[in-house]
Amino acid sequence: MNRYTRTILAASMATGMALSAGMAHAQKGETIKIAWIDALTGLTAATGKNQLQGFQFLAEQFSKSNSAGVKFEIMPFDNKLSPQETVSVLQAAIDKGVRYVAQGTGSGPAAAIIDFLARYNERNPGKEVLFLNYAAVDPALTNERCNFWHFRLDADTSMKMEALSTFMQGQKDIKKVYLINQNYSHGQQVVKYAKENLARKRPDIQIVGEDLTPLAQTRDFAPYIAKIKASGADTVVTGNWSSDLTLLIKAANDAGLDANFYTYYASVSGTPTALGPNAAGRVYQVGIMSYESPEARKIMDAYKAKFNDDFYTAQIFSAYQLLSAAMTKAKSTDPLKVAFALEGLEAKGLSGEVQMRKTDHQLQQHVFISRWEKAGAKPNDYSVENTGYNFRTIRTFEPYVASTPTSCQMKRPNPR
Amino acid sequence: MDQVLINILNGISAGLLLFMLSSGLTLIFSMMGVLNFAHTSFYMVGAYLAYSMSQAVGFWPAFLVAPLVVGVMGAVFERYALRKVHKFGHVPELLVTFGLSYVVLEVVKLVWGLSNVPFSPPEVLQGSAFTVMQSSETGLGLMLGAAPKALCVGNDTVKLACSTFPAARFFIMAVAVVMLLFLWLLLTRTRIGLVIQAALTHPEMVEALGHNVPRVLMLVFGSGCALAGLAGVIGGMTFITEPSMAAIVGSIVFVVVVVGGMGSLAGAFVGSLVIGLLQTLPLTVDHSLADAARSLGWAVTPQTFGYPFLKITLSQAAPILPYLLLVLILIFRPKGLLGTRED
Repeated sequence: MNRYTRTILAASMATGMALSAGMAHAQKGETIKIAWIDALTGLTAATGKNQLQGFQFLAEQFSKSNSAGVKFEIMPFDNKLSPQETVSVLQAAIDKGVRYVAQGTGSGPAAAIIDFLARYNERNPGKEVLFLNYAAVDPALTNERCNFWHFRLDADTSMKMEALSTFMQGQKDIKKVYLINQNYSHGQQVVKYAKENLARKRPDIQIVGEDLTPLAQTRDFAPYIAKIKASGADTVVTGNWSSDLTLLIKAANDAGLDANFYTYYASVSGTPTALGPNAAGRVYQVGIMSYESPEARKIMDAYKAKFNDDFYTAQIFSAYQLLSAAMTKAKSTDPLKVAFALEGLEAKGLSGEVQMRKTDHQLQQHVFISRWEKAGAKPNDYSVENTGYNFRTIRTFEPYVASTPTSCQMKRPNPR
Repeated sequence: MDQVLINILNGISAGLLLFMLSSGLTLIFSMMGVLNFAHTSFYMVGAYLAYSMSQAVGFWPAFLVAPLVVGVMGAVFERYALRKVHKFGHVPELLVTFGLSYVVLEVVKLVWGLSNVPFSPPEVLQGSAFTVMQSSETGLGLMLGAAPKALCVGNDTVKLACSTFPAARFFIMAVAVVMLLFLWLLLTRTRIGLVIQAALTHPEMVEALGHNVPRVLMLVFGSGCALAGLAGVIGGMTFITEPSMAAIVGSIVFVVVVVGGMGSLAGAFVGSLVIGLLQTLPLTVDHSLADAARSLGWAVTPQTFGYPFLKITLSQAAPILPYLLLVLILIFRPKGLLGTRED
């Protein structure tokens, strides 16, 4: 059988199937297997477990009803936070017939998936795999390393800093800023964008010090806190997460450091517990979810009832919304068609409208500044990690505020 | 000046906490010739046990009971696992402790979950132990507890700055010093201490005199683990109680033992303080070799050979300094600072 006859055969089969399914909804009733590849062991295991549960929980909900009429199924794979391991489990997932992959923790593993799929999809036409990146925030992934098969659902480091610094612009009591971050790509980028943005928006702010600490190695942050104190900083900007943020804030509380903290990841598993009453009113977070939006709250409450844990990854909701909308639009579950359908697609996220930018596949969405405060009356009554405190939204930025330009020159495959 | 003082105190308290861990490790090593890889696992178990107990019976009973429970667990492990493999030599002994560390880690994850648990110091230890007040007029001042805000605000002529030292850290220092005294008295002033010391060097002779050396070994192993458990209780509440806490202190404790001298209690003490200060003080220095060269009048520019290395500041390099010291000690003084072993 030569290629020509095969194409004819495939085309006629497809037409037949489409006819029998009643033309419009060829994808209806299909089960979409999504390989979830993130760490379930090691340093970020708690976050991984929380987000995996989030994916599984929403897969159940969306399978009950979604515009495309498809069912979702999550297949978890543990990548131990290593790019090497990521590629080998991705291969295993593909061997099991997976056509969609979701990953979030760490831009290293994300870049490994992008590189792998770029080659794989070119060599295996008709078997392409689509990558939903739900939390890896290195701006390079939608700039110089952008790729057609990669879609980012979180706001990247530069976008969040754009919003955060716009907020800081209005806070006139900020005079001296200290930057403390983890010594790897994300932490270094927070430093870079913080300096750029603040110099542009608030040139009067003085950067009085900066530190890069080894990733997840530091147990005792007291020396750094002493340094921050000596510098006279009134504000600390940090992209730290997990124990690096928990211990930083705990040490600050212990030493009576009175500065405000502007963070990226204060809501991630474990940190809210450490924040406690001492940090109330002093810890800010830039993020893409508003705890007060009714849609988010519905899921947070249901998630808590089921797992006694907090749902804080709004990108997971966007993933399902966008996928089902794109499959409805493409009338297919073929990743190639879905990928084209995703470009420029608008959907309803958990906290407002979202749009997948066509040029670089970076989701454009609202960005929120929230502050750690005592839970109050509705809709501010949510209790994060059962502490009696929560992240209250104090500023909402329209998508254009946080939007950053891209240098992406995307190569697109030929549509089928 | 006030921050320098706070930093030194931070360094000493970090060092004393390390000592509580390394003293047990070095005692066990000197008696049994085994480096106990599971030592920091007992540290972690101490923290988690105390957390669970403090939920039920309050902090202070937990603070006393949890280390004892950890000690019993250590003794049981020595009696039924380590002693069995002892006859096959040191490598199996090493491997069995290595295996135990993994078992403990996984069990802890299963029982207490992957995330950190909210284990915080009791009310008394949450505040400040004392406040260091730095005034441009009167110099340094000390005040017990937290100084009222009014005393810390300066005016145009007098500059004032207050720094508080957390009570929990002061507690670490107090417990470690009490423990050090107790250990020293036990080893030098009691009968059992003399037997232990004798068993260190001449086990056959001690056995011939009618002492039960294996039981002494079990006792030492158990006590070492109890000390680790005690360190875990106060370390866990002061810092963080989570599954990776064992791994983070694990590597540094071995550095302490090697730097201080394998098997030397005094060495462990000196080593702990040196490492504690080495982890703390260099962090405050934001100068690099390039800066040093410039101050000597040499022109150092980004084009200079080795600039990426020269521009690293001391605070950036601080986390590797303990390990650098480890390498240097092994090269120039393999028996450690106060070690006695000549082999």
